[in-house]
Amino acid sequence: MTKQSRRQFLASSAGLVIGVALPLKGHAQSGAAAALGDGTLSEGAFAPNAFIRIAPDNTVTVLSKHIEFGQGPYTGLATLVADEMDASWDQIRVESAPANDELYKNLAFGLQGTGGSTAMANSWMQMRQAGAAARAMLVAAAAEEWGVDASTISVSAGEVTDGTNRASFGELAEAAARQSVPVEPAVKNRSEFTLIGTEVPKVDSRAKSTGTAEFTLDVYRDGMQTVVTRRPSVIGAKVASFDDSAALEVPGVVAVRQIPQGVAVYAENTAAALKGREALRVEWDMSEAETRSSEEIFAEFSRMAESPGVVVEEEGDSAAALESAETVHEAEFLFPYLAHAPMEPLDAVLEVTGDKAEIWMGAQFPTADKGAVAQVLGLAPENVTMNVMLAGGSFGRRAQPSAHIGAEVAAIAKATGGDGAWKLVWTREDDLTGAYYRPLTVHRMRGGIDADGNITAWEDRVVNQSIMEGTPFDQGGADPTSFEGSTKMPYDLPNRTIDWIKATSPVPVLWWRSVGHTHTGYATEVFLDELLEKAGKDPVQGRLDLMRDDAGRDRAVLERVAEMAGWDGTKVKGDRAYGVAVHESFETYVAQIVEVSDQGGMPRVHKVWVAVDCGIAINPNVIAAQIEGGVGYGLGTALFNELVLGPGGEVLQKNFDTYRMLRISEMPEVEVAIIESEADPTGIGEPGTPPIAPAVANAWRALTGTAPRKLPFAQAGA
Amino acid sequence: MTLLTVNGEEVSLDLPEDTPLLWALRDELRLTGTKFGCGIAQCGACTVMVDGMPRRSCVTPVGTLEGASVETIEKVEGPEAKAVQDAWTRIDVPQCGWCQSGQVMSATALLRMNPAPSDEDIDNAMAGNICRCATYVRIRAAIHDAAETLEG
Ligand code: FES
Ligand code: FES
Repeated sequence: MTKQSRRQFLASSAGLVIGVALPLKGHAQSGAAAALGDGTLSEGAFAPNAFIRIAPDNTVTVLSKHIEFGQGPYTGLATLVADEMDASWDQIRVESAPANDELYKNLAFGLQGTGGSTAMANSWMQMRQAGAAARAMLVAAAAEEWGVDASTISVSAGEVTDGTNRASFGELAEAAARQSVPVEPAVKNRSEFTLIGTEVPKVDSRAKSTGTAEFTLDVYRDGMQTVVTRRPSVIGAKVASFDDSAALEVPGVVAVRQIPQGVAVYAENTAAALKGREALRVEWDMSEAETRSSEEIFAEFSRMAESPGVVVEEEGDSAAALESAETVHEAEFLFPYLAHAPMEPLDAVLEVTGDKAEIWMGAQFPTADKGAVAQVLGLAPENVTMNVMLAGGSFGRRAQPSAHIGAEVAAIAKATGGDGAWKLVWTREDDLTGAYYRPLTVHRMRGGIDADGNITAWEDRVVNQSIMEGTPFDQGGADPTSFEGSTKMPYDLPNRTIDWIKATSPVPVLWWRSVGHTHTGYATEVFLDELLEKAGKDPVQGRLDLMRDDAGRDRAVLERVAEMAGWDGTKVKGDRAYGVAVHESFETYVAQIVEVSDQGGMPRVHKVWVAVDCGIAINPNVIAAQIEGGVGYGLGTALFNELVLGPGGEVLQKNFDTYRMLRISEMPEVEVAIIESEADPTGIGEPGTPPIAPAVANAWRALTGTAPRKLPFAQAGA
Repeated sequence: MTLLTVNGEEVSLDLPEDTPLLWALRDELRLTGTKFGCGIAQCGACTVMVDGMPRRSCVTPVGTLEGASVETIEKVEGPEAKAVQDAWTRIDVPQCGWCQSGQVMSATALLRMNPAPSDEDIDNAMAGNICRCATYVRIRAAIHDAAETLEG
């Protein structure tokens, strides 16, 4: 894996550098052939590059280098290709690309991977050029066949014609394969788009409504055993000893073996494996475990927050400004560990035959998991085939630099010492107690206001673990995913200090839908709202007045959402209160206003107005869906979720009975407006999430006088 | 040995009586449309019909199903199921899709009992089905849409 950096990407406000090179070689078939191995293309098919295959039956298959787990890249990437090809949407199919860093790297990362809401942004030119190249070759083939000049030929809805002759892509596929590949295919002007910007139906909705979409858990191989691993309920504990006698008595249990991840139970089916695991007795070695409780960790982080950290952004002199301020306001915000809880718990299928292996999984970094399998089994990486499956959600959980799932299923195979096929199943209990959480975080905020109501000082100190340390994305120095969003705010706040203190724990942490913005969005937008109130300012106008001259896109979404919600400065009307928040993440700008009432001491959110600017809207329907989902995800979390390490470090929430999910009856109405834009597209999977919690907290403060200092609203177990 | 009907066909399951129906459907009958999300009747991903009523297959032991008739997403039929699946597709309800077999089964059961549900009826019938992608606004819209289709 190269050290190309998500970090660099996140840190660069100038945006993505989008490479224009397509993985093309000398002649037409080479791209996909290199990726797919010889002989995978059917007779008469045409693969102009690694992303497109055109079959004689006239189907166009787009190979998605990004995993589909609901955020819509299959539809989005295919839209880019289809538009440039002037294909008909009906003839488009989408499949997952194989694992290959060279052909399918994320141009924002330098390795194959999905994350950071980069799928459409990094593919914007690449997939359009892929489509344009295919179109040019189809046109060249038609010109040759009909003996006419290419300039007389037009393409529309999948039909190629010179006015006299007509042909489908399928009919031209074989001849197109003999054409030379254009080096710099011209893409359309924006005014020529026919599919981009429209709401083409999603390619996977039907299969997902009829139970026919195939996920990892649905893969069965001949002679396959199902394996579940008993792992510690205290994070970092290791197996000291185990007694498998009762487990082996369970009908259908085949074997019990120790692997680095715990004790694995091999069985003929899932039910037997789970029963066998129940019967297993394991003693744990706690010497490397996190035995502190969440309460103790919070206390420790709060203590750490009393001393300065590494300054990551600074302007003026915040200490002096606080000294001379008329009013000083302080707050400490506590954010718990959170689990991603994708609906499909983690899983993988591995088949080993001699010196070859094949793996099926919802891998977000497929080359990393493939590499882990090769390494654990001692195989050459080219002898390992990775099938990237549809995944039942991720929210960051499957983006694993550690490749721990690939490593675990390989350890399961290795422990048997032979050939075979194994399905590794994680249960919900494994998922919630299995770490890789959103980092537990403390923000210590101080703000100063002068006699005229101007904010004259702003301090934000962040304490948490680093997500990127020790991963291939680590470039040394302060980890921006720890404090992104506390920095680069759209407001002109003079005398500002943002500093970070790196904490450590044996608990593995990970990016969780919107990463650092999950807590910085809350801390900054709640604290600012309180300062504005103390200064006697309106939450909307006060923010607009503070925005820098170059914060035009933040300003536009805030103005738009205020208009949508009919904001007139009234924070409480009857039993309803209104709160606002605006937050940019992944170069997408989102403002939200919420309508909230008090339902038995908890906020009930009735309505959310959202204005979003994500550049050119490739598919407004998918964008709206991601905003709706991002709002629901962030709201449920803010209301209910805390992954608590109890006394001795035991994870207390083990399933959905205690780690409570938002339900349909709690989902607000969501109204989304997308700002018209000429800018290149940016991400949409994550940016809907950060503003919802602070907007609700601000409304709640209008209603009750206080915004929570510790999330969630409902303390776990209360 | 348990004898039952699954999607209209007679099946005999030679499994321990406490085997959850979910794993029997998936591992034995390879009906993989029914999904696993929690195993403790909290999420609804595993919802199937047993004798016409929605059930959480993850907590339904096969031993209790002697003579029962089970209907899964693979073969769910009738005007309500069709209207629901068509509305789901038209409105692009699914995101990751993992919960959606269960959502479709619950929504179909609702419409079979109540062809014109109110928002409150929908809340009551669907509250047991978690969608982690929070596709709830579209689930609600699609159920209303399906109800309108059924009305003709
Ligand atoms: S898997 Fe049965 S309700 Fe969750
Ligand atoms: S669509 Fe992903 S959990 Fe419902």
